[in-house]
Amino acid sequence: MSAVPVPVIAQAPSESWPLPDRGVVGMFAVIVAESTIFLIFVVAYVYNIGRSVSGPTPREVLDLPIFNSICLLSSSFTIWLAERALKKGAMRTFIGWWALTAALGAIFLVGTGLEWHKLIYKDGLTISTNLFGTTFYSLVGLHASHVIVGLVMLSLVLAFALAGKVGQEHRQRIEVLGLYWHFVDMVWVVVFTVVYIIGR
Amino acid sequence: MADSTLPIDGPVGGTIGVPHEVEDVPTWGERLHEWVTTVDHKKLGLMYIGYGLLFLLVGGIEALLIRLQLFFPNNHFISSVVFNRLFTMHGTTMVFMVGMTIIIGFANYLVPLMIGARDMAFPRLNAFSFWMTALGGLFLYYSFIGGVGLQGAGSAPDFTWWGYAPLTERAFSRGHTADYWALALIVQGFGTIGAAVNIIATTFSMRCKGMTLFRMPLLVWLNLVVAGMILTTISPLTAAQIMLTIDRYLGGHFFDSQAGGSPLLWFHFFWIFGHPEVYVLVLPAFAIANEVIPTFSRKAIFGYPAMVAASVGIGFISVSVWAHHMFTVGMKPASNAFFVLSTELVGVPTAIKIFNWIATMWGGRIRFTTSMLFATAFVAQFLLAGLTGIMLSVAPWNWQLHGTYFVVAHFHYVLVGAIVFCIFSGLYYWYPKMTGKLLDERLGKWHFWLFLIGFHMTFDLMHIPGLLGMPRWIYTYQPGHGWEIWNQLVGVGAVFQAVAMLVFVYNLVHSYLKGTDAGPDPWDAWTLEWFTPSPPPAYNFATEPVVRSRRPLWDIKHPEDPDWKYE
Amino acid sequence: MFSLRATMFHPGEKVNAKRKFLVSRGIRHLTCGFISMFASGVAWAQTASDGIARTQNPFHPHSSSAHLIQQLSFFTLAITGAIFAVVAGLWLYVVIKYRQHGSNEQMEEPPQIYGSTQIELAWTVIPILIVVVLFLTVARILFALQDQPVPQNALHVDVVGHQYWWEFRYPSYGFITANELHIPLGEPAGTVTTGLKLLSADVDHSFWVPSLYGKVDTVPNKENDIVLDPTQTGVYEGQCAQFCGTAHAQMLLRVYVQTPEEFAAWAKRQQDTAIEDPAVAQGRQVFETQSCVSCHTIRGTAAHGRFGPDLTHLMSRDTIASGLISNTPENLKRWIEDPEAIKPGALMPAMQLSGDQIDQMVTYLATLK
Ligand code: HEA
Ligand code: HEA
Ligand code: CUA
Ligand SMILES: [Cu+2]
Repeated sequence: MSAVPVPVIAQAPSESWPLPDRGVVGMFAVIVAESTIFLIFVVAYVYNIGRSVSGPTPREVLDLPIFNSICLLSSSFTIWLAERALKKGAMRTFIGWWALTAALGAIFLVGTGLEWHKLIYKDGLTISTNLFGTTFYSLVGLHASHVIVGLVMLSLVLAFALAGKVGQEHRQRIEVLGLYWHFVDMVWVVVFTVVYIIGR
Repeated sequence: MADSTLPIDGPVGGTIGVPHEVEDVPTWGERLHEWVTTVDHKKLGLMYIGYGLLFLLVGGIEALLIRLQLFFPNNHFISSVVFNRLFTMHGTTMVFMVGMTIIIGFANYLVPLMIGARDMAFPRLNAFSFWMTALGGLFLYYSFIGGVGLQGAGSAPDFTWWGYAPLTERAFSRGHTADYWALALIVQGFGTIGAAVNIIATTFSMRCKGMTLFRMPLLVWLNLVVAGMILTTISPLTAAQIMLTIDRYLGGHFFDSQAGGSPLLWFHFFWIFGHPEVYVLVLPAFAIANEVIPTFSRKAIFGYPAMVAASVGIGFISVSVWAHHMFTVGMKPASNAFFVLSTELVGVPTAIKIFNWIATMWGGRIRFTTSMLFATAFVAQFLLAGLTGIMLSVAPWNWQLHGTYFVVAHFHYVLVGAIVFCIFSGLYYWYPKMTGKLLDERLGKWHFWLFLIGFHMTFDLMHIPGLLGMPRWIYTYQPGHGWEIWNQLVGVGAVFQAVAMLVFVYNLVHSYLKGTDAGPDPWDAWTLEWFTPSPPPAYNFATEPVVRSRRPLWDIKHPEDPDWKYE
Repeated sequence: MFSLRATMFHPGEKVNAKRKFLVSRGIRHLTCGFISMFASGVAWAQTASDGIARTQNPFHPHSSSAHLIQQLSFFTLAITGAIFAVVAGLWLYVVIKYRQHGSNEQMEEPPQIYGSTQIELAWTVIPILIVVVLFLTVARILFALQDQPVPQNALHVDVVGHQYWWEFRYPSYGFITANELHIPLGEPAGTVTTGLKLLSADVDHSFWVPSLYGKVDTVPNKENDIVLDPTQTGVYEGQCAQFCGTAHAQMLLRVYVQTPEEFAAWAKRQQDTAIEDPAVAQGRQVFETQSCVSCHTIRGTAAHGRFGPDLTHLMSRDTIASGLISNTPENLKRWIEDPEAIKPGALMPAMQLSGDQIDQMVTYLATLK
């Protein structure tokens, strides 16, 4: 066996030693795990489309939550603006955009709440009514729960910011939170397509 | 031992033999408080490992009862209900409470030390993960008290560790055993995912100067791959268990065949978790062998890049083979064929590993310490285990072998012959680092040989009743199939294993109290953890080390030809 | 392998030739400890302590499909055996040759070797080739077995798995029986005579008669189809092979492969309604007034239950409790008195009948030829 030197990135000790931010790495890992969980629920939803043995069917009861979706998706944009403002150190604009983001998230939740109220009390569709009910409430609910978590964290940051406790030194953490929020929005795109477009 | 006293300031910097802070001995209360509230990766690692070993004994006792019941045909010593609980709890315990916890324990303890870090990336998350895992174990075993089994009597889950729907649905599994089972796995799942996130962040963001990705010890590499796999492996199980809980508590219909739900979906979800899971369990075992074999062969690992590539390869292929557990559910021939191919392809990267281990030993000077004995036996046993796996992957033959003791033999050959053997190897190897005391070698040899004999008696012979068509999950069987004699020999083998286990437990305690001091580097090894005192102080390294090659300590010990010359 | 391809299109007499071919091949690799292990195993299968020759053994194939599977298994054993011999040999050599002699101190380190591209390439490519060969063989036989056409005149049976017994429906004949499946032998022997549709009434079970075919699960909300192509008349034992609950271990079954004539006669008898025998009217009356009728069917009486086995021709069966005990009046009595005692977990309740009620009922059931 002839010895062959194995190639590695040459790295003399003296050089500077940049490593990725652990918060960002960690959040990406979390996002991968979360995506898999959502993937499984999505698969379950798609697989069971049209398999319910009793009504009501998606066609009968679901209508497109356009306004909701616009709010949630645009919040991804506003949070990005907020982060940019923070980078610049413009605290007031930061707070403005940040507050708007939280507001949009809240509107989305309210919208979902109203939709569910209608489904339950008008259409009589609960999680145990039929297969559609089971898969629908689990998938949408799983996403909504993530929105809630995000919202809680958004409001915390907002509170600190209003108290003047947030500064540029927190940029990294704010970015990590931003990552999570973008993820939640991305998931909604998938859920929307699956539940309200393919599923109907 | 060759020189274990190292220059204070090698090119690696850092210091050796820092005296432990001399503080007055803490009371038991303080000790307990310290362990419960700790966020130190080493303490947590030890807790993971201890927790796992405890459950190994529990699961093992369940196994002994199983073997006792199968000793005679038409034996009615244990009732069917109890027997079904025994193997369900045995399987669940061994996979989740033993396998996962111990391998995560090793990762926790070793990864930061090996990459010259002072702790994990998120110490508090680390503690959280451990306590979630611990909680999972408690939930699972609480079902003995709080649950009610299939027959409305007694308790503990009794539907196999696959929990194939709809057997786990309310209609067929009354009482709360299934609930505790699902809850336990959900809770522990979160703990495991947390640990994985932590390991990934640590390896990417906490490496000491000069520790490039391709200078990381293979153990770190493999645990990185495993952590990555956990993210996409445990989560499907968590999702499926959540669905099951929705079915059982909110009246959902995911797996309720009456309402159009599909049990088949559960099969897929479970094995999408279940297959990668087995590699999640075995790669850390490989990781241990990757450190032990070179050290005791006195040679660098053969083909480091290939080993890394193979591990990553296994990680990727293993997500596409799950349905080889489902050849009998009635898939189309095309899909069967696909899973045959993907399954057999896993043999290729695994082959690379086996050959590289042999090549590492080739031309070395092998020191057969107990640790090395376990590692060496592991290589041969994993070879055979893998080959029986290949046999099982032959779909048409699998229709005959599936659900028989041949399968049971196959997976114990891997789970015990590979994983448990490597865990023992790792414990003999790092126990000195963890406690400062060497494990007694004489007792170690006894432990090894007894366990080796027991293992082969049990699991070599178990293949035969399998080939003769003995199904698993049966609490009793008719005479005349030609199974009796084999079941009896297998049972005796299990007793050998039990005795070996007792020797081991004794050795752990005995050596801790009376063992000889290990010193920082008893094996004359090459990775960073040996560059700290044993046990390492809370901060691991007095000054952050700087490395220039894969074997920093080799560079120090052999200034005349250091590794970095070749890198 | 080529010869294997030949088999795939017409299973049957050709099989034996191929079998010899592959057996001899398997034998040649007896070097592999594993094969010898398995061989000794087969030897054991012959012994039968209680006289009954047990036939639940994949290595006693009595159908073309089972033969084909067995050949494939020998072929696989040969390949894996060869691999094992080579690699284990290497391992043994290294372990013996390179162990350190003498104490650690006087040893200086061996030459360090970091890798070798050529060699590593070699032991990557070779396994790939082996995998390709193995896969192609498997794929051929896989398709051969799963795509077997079912002839027009073939018998069709619906197999329904229950906790913890088997229901066999013969739609074309209009009768239902339980736990003992009767099918005709083909002519020539080894051709497909029967198509089974596998269904489940509750949880997952697996229909497995090793001598005739591999196991196939019965999954709720899923239909699986297999064909049977026996090569020999006889009784073949099987067992539920997927855990399905407390009494899974005792969910046995039997398949009776009969000559077409025998089968026709049997089917004819099964089609009749239950025998009426005034001598046992009392027993019948007990049966019909108890809740037995809500689970069992006896055609020609008030009993129309579907939850338990059809008893119309109970006495035409050799066993009761899904192949667990032989079908004698004594056993029937014990069973009715307390099913739980014979088959823990069985879903049939003990009826709390008086002694002579049971006797009357048993004498009645004993007439259901
Ligand atoms: C890491 C995983 C692992 C490990 C290590 C083991 C270890 C063992 N297993 Fe396990 N087993 C599984 C995982 C594992 N198993 C799984 C996943 C299943 C499938 C379950 C299912 O189908 O649902 C299974 C199923 C299974 C079966 C099939 C049951 C059935 O289908 O009916 C059998 C039967 O023999 C068995 C036997 C054994 C034996 C003899 C050991 C031995 O190696 C055990 C050796 C250890 C000991 C003997 C412990 C020693 C303890 C003492 C000496 C006690 C003294 C100490 C104190 C009192 C403090 N196992
Ligand atoms: C650590 C755990 C572990 C590992 C590593 C493996 C590894 C493998 N397993 Fe195993 N397996 C289990 C744990 C594991 N398994 C468990 C727990 C179950 C059952 C669970 C249950 O039912 O309860 C199971 C069940 C199981 C089944 C389903 C059986 C059934 O229920 O019907 C199959 C079928 O394909 C299978 C195949 C394989 C294969 C092909 C490998 C391969 O990775 C092996 C690769 C290794 C080699 C092939 C040897 C080295 C290679 C060479 C020397 C090169 C030359 C070889 C070739 C070219 C082929 N396994
Ligand atoms: Cu039916 Cu097991
Ligand atoms: Cu697998």
